[in-house]
Amino acid sequence: MKNYETVFILNPVLSDDQMKDTVEKFVKVLKKGKADVINVEQWGLRKMAYPVQHKSTGFYNLIEFSASPELVNTLETEYRRDESVMRFLTTVLDKHAVVYNERRRKGEFNKGKADANRKRKTEEEPA
Amino acid sequence: MTLVNEPIKRAEVKAKYCRFKKNGIKYIDYKDPDFLLKFINEQGKILPRRLTGTSWKFQKKVSQAVKRARHIALLPYVADSLK
Repeated sequence: MKNYETVFILNPVLSDDQMKDTVEKFVKVLKKGKADVINVEQWGLRKMAYPVQHKSTGFYNLIEFSASPELVNTLETEYRRDESVMRFLTTVLDKHAVVYNERRRKGEFNKGKADANRKRKTEEEPA
Repeated sequence: MTLVNEPIKRAEVKAKYCRFKKNGIKYIDYKDPDFLLKFINEQGKILPRRLTGTSWKFQKKVSQAVKRARHIALLPYVADSLK
């Protein structure tokens, strides 16, 4: 069971509940494939650095899960099938990335402040 | 105003260091555009190692992260005045 993280951008034209359904659909695909979903994050509507499919904003979602490697293909065909997904990116997480994501979830980087340095973290731990 | 190039004052030129090794950062997150902005120039191009001083191991991670960020439209491929 390797750790993966997938970010996908949904078409902003969709209504709120359509967006929730599509995110729910992908989570279901993962659950059906016996993956355990660690974290689902929705960054919401965000301005994109360049227009994608003639749209300058997109609805960003992040799913962090751990699954067997075959599942990633099924997930990506699911993305390709759904035309409301404008763009997606699935990445494998190494051990440093997993630690980073945990700390990010704990809000240690207070949401977006960059430069998380492990040195500071080790000082915190013994305290 | 002398036209001759002034000599480089060796004392002032401080040695470059790899900020990832120094701060002990192990993972560069491609989802965090503000942090990656430090590694690209105004046109959105990735800065070379000789300017940033990062080690080769982390330069690969930085360029990997920047390319992923570009793919999900967090960073532009080409920009005119980014900063």
